[in-house]
Parts: sequence; structure tokens; C-alpha cells
Amino acid sequence: MLAFIIRRILQSLVVLLVMSLLVFVGVHAIGNPVDVLISPDADQIERAKVIVAFGLDKPLWLQYFIFLKNAAGGDLGRSFAYSTPALALIFERMPATLELSSAAILLSVVLGLPLGLLAGLRPNGLVGKTIMAVSILGFSLPTFWVGLMLIMVFAVQLGWLPTSGRGETQMLFGVPVSFLSWDGLRHLLMPAFNLALFNIALVIRLTRSGAQEALMQDYVKFARAKGLRNSRIIGVHVLKNILIPIVTVVALQFGSIIAFSIVTETVFAWPGMGKLIIDSIRVLDRPVIVAYLLLIVTIFILINLVVDMLYSVLDPRVRLAESKG
Amino acid sequence: MDTTLTVNDLQTQFATRAGLVKAVDQVSFSVKRGEIMGLVGESGSGKSMTGYSIMGLIDAPGKIVAGEILLQGSDLRSLPAEAMRKIRGNRIAMIFQDPMMTLNPVLRIDTQMMEAVRAHQDVSRMVAREMSREALVRVGIPSPDERLQAYPHQFSGGMRQRVAIAIALLNQPDLIICDEPTTALDVTIQGQILYEMQKLCRESGTALIWITHDLSVVAGLADTVAVMYAGRIVESGTVQQVLEHPRHPYTHGLIASAPSRNPRGQPLQQIPGMTPSLLNLPEGCAFRTRCAHATVECAQTPQLREVEQRMLRCWHPLRDNVVEAVS
Amino acid sequence: MEPTPARNMAETPWQRFVRNFFGSRIATAGFVLLALIVLAAIFAPVISPQNPYDLAKLDVMDSRLEPGQASVDGSMTYLLGTDDQGRDMLSAILYGIRISVMVGVLSTVIALSLGLTLGLLAGYAGGRIEAFIMRVADIQLSFPPILIALILLALTGRGIDKIVIALVAVQWAYYARTTRSAALVERKKEYIEAATALGLSPLRIMFRHLLPNCLPPLIVVAALQVASAISLEATLSFLGLGLPITEPSLGLLIANGFQYLLSGKYWISVFPGIALLATVVTINLVADQLRDVLNPRLQTQ
Repeated sequence: MLAFIIRRILQSLVVLLVMSLLVFVGVHAIGNPVDVLISPDADQIERAKVIVAFGLDKPLWLQYFIFLKNAAGGDLGRSFAYSTPALALIFERMPATLELSSAAILLSVVLGLPLGLLAGLRPNGLVGKTIMAVSILGFSLPTFWVGLMLIMVFAVQLGWLPTSGRGETQMLFGVPVSFLSWDGLRHLLMPAFNLALFNIALVIRLTRSGAQEALMQDYVKFARAKGLRNSRIIGVHVLKNILIPIVTVVALQFGSIIAFSIVTETVFAWPGMGKLIIDSIRVLDRPVIVAYLLLIVTIFILINLVVDMLYSVLDPRVRLAESKG
Repeated sequence: MDTTLTVNDLQTQFATRAGLVKAVDQVSFSVKRGEIMGLVGESGSGKSMTGYSIMGLIDAPGKIVAGEILLQGSDLRSLPAEAMRKIRGNRIAMIFQDPMMTLNPVLRIDTQMMEAVRAHQDVSRMVAREMSREALVRVGIPSPDERLQAYPHQFSGGMRQRVAIAIALLNQPDLIICDEPTTALDVTIQGQILYEMQKLCRESGTALIWITHDLSVVAGLADTVAVMYAGRIVESGTVQQVLEHPRHPYTHGLIASAPSRNPRGQPLQQIPGMTPSLLNLPEGCAFRTRCAHATVECAQTPQLREVEQRMLRCWHPLRDNVVEAVS
Repeated sequence: MEPTPARNMAETPWQRFVRNFFGSRIATAGFVLLALIVLAAIFAPVISPQNPYDLAKLDVMDSRLEPGQASVDGSMTYLLGTDDQGRDMLSAILYGIRISVMVGVLSTVIALSLGLTLGLLAGYAGGRIEAFIMRVADIQLSFPPILIALILLALTGRGIDKIVIALVAVQWAYYARTTRSAALVERKKEYIEAATALGLSPLRIMFRHLLPNCLPPLIVVAALQVASAISLEATLSFLGLGLPITEPSLGLLIANGFQYLLSGKYWISVFPGIALLATVVTINLVADQLRDVLNPRLQTQ
């Protein structure tokens, strides 16, 4: 087990390094940020000063090494646009994104599981077919468009929810969160639901097919022969069997959701990392772009690693079979 | 009441795309208190379906279309679903063939036992646990406390089946239906389980229906036997009468074809032909196409009548050949 | 949806396919709608009341008119209103569908071809080549599409060619993986050995023999991927990363109209949105039906 972990960590570091190289070189190949930072009528001296200040005069490979050296020490450069350390800037925005993403994951399980179970239990009824049709929509509809429609209907027409932004925040263990207040929840609801939609559809489909398969198993017949209530048969016997693969998929989707929050944050003006990266791309704020990409890649690698390890722990058959020998 | 279960003219049918399948056709029998009845037949004879019908576990596209199932006088068919649920696992219990598949692999044994108790009796978890523990002891499982904490895949096949039996006994049912419970087990284990089931039923007065294709099991275990073919009962009576003096050609063929009955060096006796598909039954007596004694008369479906102290469905009952009892 | 049993034995496979496919009313409706959309896309220049790219023809006085209103000079009625530049929404949408569909189909076709070739190569050649290709594909598949597209577009900027490249980069890995698995299975079969023994060139073996066996499931996936590509492109354009303003796809049109949503001028965003929706959903419907019909396991005759 230990050897496995070490091997995986090493692999991940290699990927990280390669990615950093690709990203760094790529970002430096496009455009000239100097033009973005300085007004056109600045003179040569101004330009020269800025170039030196940002280290843009050195050759590319040297810039890369300096970058690596600094990165090892936790310094990923200073944002061109904000003049603050890039990493700090991203970390400042991270809680908002994590809050949104976590809410989305929560919604996808809380809504997807019961709906999927319903659809699995009555696949041919009106309820089952409706749920499946809705899940197809959840897959096909572009997220940003759904977000727009949500805003239009619930905020503009009905006025129930705010159109954009994050609610008031309070500090929780030193991190600002907004879900503790009613106002915060009102702001969180639409973007979280929007972000979760694809996943809700996914969980519905997984749960439904899992439930259908489980229902055909002998242990369900035996449970019925024991005279158990339907609610117990579904809620305990079936659910426990289908939960493991679903949890795995949902955990893997966490990274995807963080990535896709870029879109939702833009639509709902949610002050998270995603919005930051879009703005940074527009103004070619290289350090921020590089820092963000590297951070995301790291998060991804971490998630994959954790899920891999979790899976072998979760399934009692796997766990006990190994100890039984 | 002396008679635990009476089944009258039970008809269970499946409406498939290929046609109507009469899985259980005019089946009638009764089982007394403490009595063990063997329900014998090949695969597809309808014996398992009869068991499921009694339990009310027939799902679409199957349906019980006619007949009565009287459990100590009251007709189970007339009960609403919730009332039937209360009877299942409580007054009638069922044991299935493959214990690997009938126990839920991701739940612990104690969970699966305690829930069977608490679904029908209003007891605390502690009491349910104690009852489960006692049941395990009764079926001869050592170290019951450890076993309660275990998962199904940590048991051997025979042990799992004992757990299933323990579960069946938990609520002290009036009737237990066993659907080929020992077919998947080693012969020695089979012997043990048969012996213990017999003992338990004698002690508690529980009636038992033992569904099997193996005549030797029936001979050693049961008091009465009913032989099924193509969804119908063709012969039923006490074990002594039916197995020592079979009157139906099919019963005779079954007994004669048992390998233990045939002397060494001789070719095994067989019943010619194959079991017909339930979609394609011959008109009249279903065994007609394979019977050496069939006549034109057999194109009419024979009814189940009392003949020589047993029920028989045949136009031409056999004479008393000297057929040795199956040992 | 189960295929209906054959009516008569003399039916050709094609007839059976057609009968099964159109057996579902929803699928048929989807197919018809999709056909209309595709036709609209192809004939956009012919049927649009106005050329939305011709800046000279636009009249800023006509901007932000509601659907059904006439232009200031009375020469035409804007059936779906106008945007902030005075562009006729109907025309903009028709041209937008054209671009969206074209980008989607083009990128999928290229990705399919590329992935197929690489997958066949990996499956047939084996060894280091296979390991390398699969490694790259695996790494790429573990990242979400939007991230990959984001990175690429951040680095390359805007433009139709760049977005097609990004979309291709996002999709090829899946085709490569699937083809290679199928190729691995087929490679061990005897008819490949026979072909090799006959001295046929590896290329010929790959394309004439391996390929037809891997194709049917891939076609279904490709169909679904077109919808997904269109969706992704719209998202990227909406974020300002995709197509340039001079060639607005539906995504860009929606982005343009975003700011006007709050002030009630919904038509600038909503109508392109509906067009996008219709396109994506009908493609999904048709592809789903295609998959059910082509699935060999459901072929109970």
C-alpha cells in the first residue's frame, strides 16, 4: 500500500512539473503584457522601468528557473493587475469557489439520490419517465444558458432571489463563509443549483440503473420474504449496495465542478477563483494565470489520488477479502 | 387448528410476449401442523412458483388468477398488501436455494437477523439481538457472538444456509417453505441440515414444505409428497404410498431413473423424451407425449381424484409393480 | 424503447433500421426539428432577411427594438427584435446556428479521425508507441474538458481555427482510447493473422479490417459529441474566449445580450438561447435513439 502511494505521488509530481513548463512557456509565448500594463503614451523610460520591475527582460529559460525557485518557496509571482502576490490573490478567492462547489456537490446528492431511486423503482410510470426526461435535459442544456434563464425567471420576473453576487460573509475558523446567514443562502441557491445541474442528472442516472440492478438481486427477494417494509428494503438494503460506486463518481466530479465554476461564477458574478481567471486572461495577467492553472492541476491530482485510495477502503468485501487471504 | 395450510385450485399465470404460461395449474394440497410435505418436480414444473405464490411474491407479468390459499382458515389472497407483508417472515417463512445471494453482502449478519425480528415484533434492539443469538445457537453455529458481527462472505455455504434457517425460525412461523435449500451444498452438510430441520419441526410443530427435485431427500425427510409436472400436481399422498406404490407413470419414471436404484452395469433407466415447454403443452394430459401407456383418452385433461388413498391425475393408473422403496 | 419484431422476413437491414429509428415519436420529432435546423444553417445567407455582418446595412437607430417592431425607415419588420447594434436577431441567429453547427461538426469529425487513427496505431503497433499515446490520452481524460479548452484558448487567443483546435484537443482522447481497446481485441483474432500472413500492409489491415468493427459505437458517441462540442463552444464564446466578435456564434450572441436581461430586453439573449437549446437537445435525442437502435443487445428479432 505504501509503495503504491509513493509511486503515485512521484507520478503526480512529474505531471505537475511538465504542466508548469507547458503553462509557463505557453503563457509567455502570447502577446506582450507590457502593452496591457502601460498606457500607450508612456515613454521609453517608463517602459524600461516596468520591464525590469517585472523581470520581463531576462531570457525565457531564466525566467522559468526563477519561477521554479520561487515556486518552491511558495512565491508564484505578483499579479500584474493587482500588484499583490498571485498565490495570495487566488487564496483570497478560494473560499468563495469552494463554498459554491461544495454546495453544488451537496445538492447533486441530496436531489439526485432520491429522484434516481424513485425513477429506479417505477421506471415505467409517469414519475419515472418524467425524471429521466428531466435528467436528459440536465445533461444537454449548456450550463451558462440555464444560469441565464434562472436569473431571468427567479430574479427578474419573480423577484424571489437576488440576481448576482455573494451574500454577506461571516468568519468560520478564520475563513469567510456566506451560508450561515439567510441572505447568504439566498445568494448561494441559484448559482449552486446551476452548477449542480449536470451532476444531478448524472447521479439520477447512476442511482436509477444501480437501483434497477439491485432490485433484481436475490437478497431483495429474501428481504421481502422476511416481511420487511418496502421503505427498509429500499432505504437500507438497496441503498447501501449502490452507494459505493455513486460516492466514487461524485468525489471524482468534485474537480470537474471546481473547474466548471468558472462559468457559473461569471454568470452570477460570484467572487471566486473562476471569475478571477477569466478576468486575468482578458488582461493577460500572466502570474495569476500560471498560478491558477498550476493550483487547479494540483487539486485534480490530489482528488484522483484520494479517490483511488478511498475506494479500496470503502467496500467491505474488498477490505475483508484482503485480510481473509 | 390441525391443518396449517390448504391450497385449493391455485392458478398462477405469466403473460409473456411469447404467450400465456400457466406456471401453476389447478394445484391443490394441504399440510397439517408439524407435517413435512415434499414438493417434487423437475425444473420448470412449477414447484418454486407454487412456493412464491403462497408467499405472495409473484411479480408482474405473473399473477395469481384463481384459487384459495388458506392459512389456518383465512384466505391469503383476500388480504391487502400490508396485511400480507405482516404474514411474510412472521407466520410463513421462506428459505431460498442459494444462500450466497439471499444474504445482503454489505450488511452484517446481526443487522439482517434483527430486522427480521423487529419487522414483526415490537421489541428493543437488545432483545432482538438476544433472540438472534439464540437462533444461531439453535441451528448449531458456533461462537454466535462473533458470527453476529460478521459479513455473509465470511461464512461457508452450509453456515450461510443455517443462518437463513435461523432467520426463518426467528418469529416462530406456522409454516416454512424451503426452495431447494440444500441443492447447492455438499452432501454431508445436506444430511446435517435435513436432520436438524426435521428435529426443529417436530419440536415446534411448524409445518414444512420442502421443494426439491431430489426424491431421496423426500424419502428420508417428508411425511407426505406431491409430484408436479408441467405446472400440475399429478400425484400426491403419503411418502410410503407414493414412493413405494407409485400410480402415476411419471412418478414411476422418476423413481426408476434415480441412479441409486439402478443395478450396476445396467444402462440407467430414463423417461423418454423431454419436458415440454410450458408455452407448448400438449392437449389434455401433459405427460401424454412421453407416456408408454397413453391412449386416445389422454387427450382429455384428467382431473385430480382420490385413488387408492392418494390424489392422482391420470386416466390409467399403474398396477402395483413391485417397486422397491427409494432408499 | 424496444425494437418491434420484424413484420416480414424480406426486410432489408436498412429498412429495419429506418423502421426502428422512427418507431419512437419523440425521436422522429427530434429528427425533423434537427433537419430543419441544419437546413436553416446551410441556407442562412439565402433565407435571412438581412446580412448581420454587413456593417453598412446596420442602422444604430434600430437598436434594441422589440420583436415585431418595424425598422425606423419602415423597410423591414424585425420578427425577433434587434440587438444593441441594430442587427436583426433572426438573421443573427440563423448565421449563429450556422457557425455553431459548423464548428461543432468540424471539430468532432477531425477529433474522430485523429483519435481513430491514433487509436488504431496504438492498438496495432503496440509497445512504446502505444504506451506513449495512451499515457497522453489518459492524462488528458482525467482533466475536465472546460479546463483543457480554457488553457489552450488562454494561450492561443480568439479565432475560429483556434477554437476548433481546442475542441479537437478535448475530444480526441476518448476516441483514441475506445478504438485502441477494440483494436486490441480484434488484433488477436484470426482474420488479422490471416491478413498478415497474406502480406497485407499494416495500414491496409488497420483500415480495411480493424476499422469497420470499431465503428458503430463510435458513431453514436460522435453524434453526442457534436452536441457537446456545440455546447462547449457556446460556453467558451460566452466567456469571451472563443470566436471573435466578427463571427458571432450563438454563445457570443447570448453573451452580448446578457447585460440587457436585467432591464427586460430579453430577446437579445433568450432567442439565441432557444436556438442553441433546440440544436443541442435535438441532436441528443437523435443520438440517443441511434444508440438504442444500433445496440446489438437489443436486437431481438
